[in-house]
Amino acid sequence: MALDQTFVGRSYPPTAPYEVGREKIREFAEAVGDANPAYTDTEAAKALGHPDVIAPPTFVFSITFKAAGQVVEDPQLGLDYSRVVHGDQKFAYVRPVRAGDRLTVTSTIEAVKSMAGNDILDIRGEVHDEAGELVVTAWTKLVARAAGEA
Amino acid sequence: MTAKVAYSDVEVGTELPARSFPVDRAALVRYAGASGDFNPIHWNERFAREVGLPDVIAHGMFTMAEAIRVVTDWTGDPGAVVEYGVRFTRPVVVPDDGRGAVIEVSGKVAAKLDDHTVRVDLTATSAGQKVLGMSRAVVRLA
Repeated sequence: MALDQTFVGRSYPPTAPYEVGREKIREFAEAVGDANPAYTDTEAAKALGHPDVIAPPTFVFSITFKAAGQVVEDPQLGLDYSRVVHGDQKFAYVRPVRAGDRLTVTSTIEAVKSMAGNDILDIRGEVHDEAGELVVTAWTKLVARAAGEA
Repeated sequence: MTAKVAYSDVEVGTELPARSFPVDRAALVRYAGASGDFNPIHWNERFAREVGLPDVIAHGMFTMAEAIRVVTDWTGDPGAVVEYGVRFTRPVVVPDDGRGAVIEVSGKVAAKLDDHTVRVDLTATSAGQKVLGMSRAVVRLA
């Protein structure tokens, strides 16, 4: 069943703040095997001009994807999540995410399309810090494969 | 933000040092925990096969995280990345054979833009197949 076009432009309330912890950044950097000291060593991060350790560029996805759950699980939208695959991902950074940030995400449905029975959903997540400044925008394309397809 | 590469030193076509990133089941379990994405297709072979996959596959976001390292290792400062986007074209299949898979990533400067930024186009393959499409980053140089 094709998704309802009238959902395009719908925004969801901002999420509760996510506090970025330096140990969580370290854990993520170790999980991807990245030894860049900007992720773990405050002095190294400061030498690059950052006030504290920064997170790897894709770290913020775990926050924006959780926020996108508001859209995905919206019963009115009716997306069959068991058939969803991640199609595209894009980020635009105003500044890197860093330890101590308290980030909220506002998710908006940017586009809804149906192609060959697949439902395609574009979600824009705007990530703001505690001061209300935009930190990063994340665009996530989800594809719900047509029922009956393997 | 202090990238160690100068804008004036690069030309369109400048190649970034290519890298090979190994990925095994243990890496996927660690990534699941670190990212909070516990989808069983990334660690449960029985489940992966039941939903029609050839085997456990890597998180697309794991592959995306590895690919940008070619850029951040080049510039030194990961905070110099201004934009980064990919299309997930094919899964990285990670067999439980004691070796796992390897993600090969290369990149080159595709365009010089305003404000000391350049666009880098990345190529990521695994087992000879392209796994990311339209993989592009804009990065600010010194």
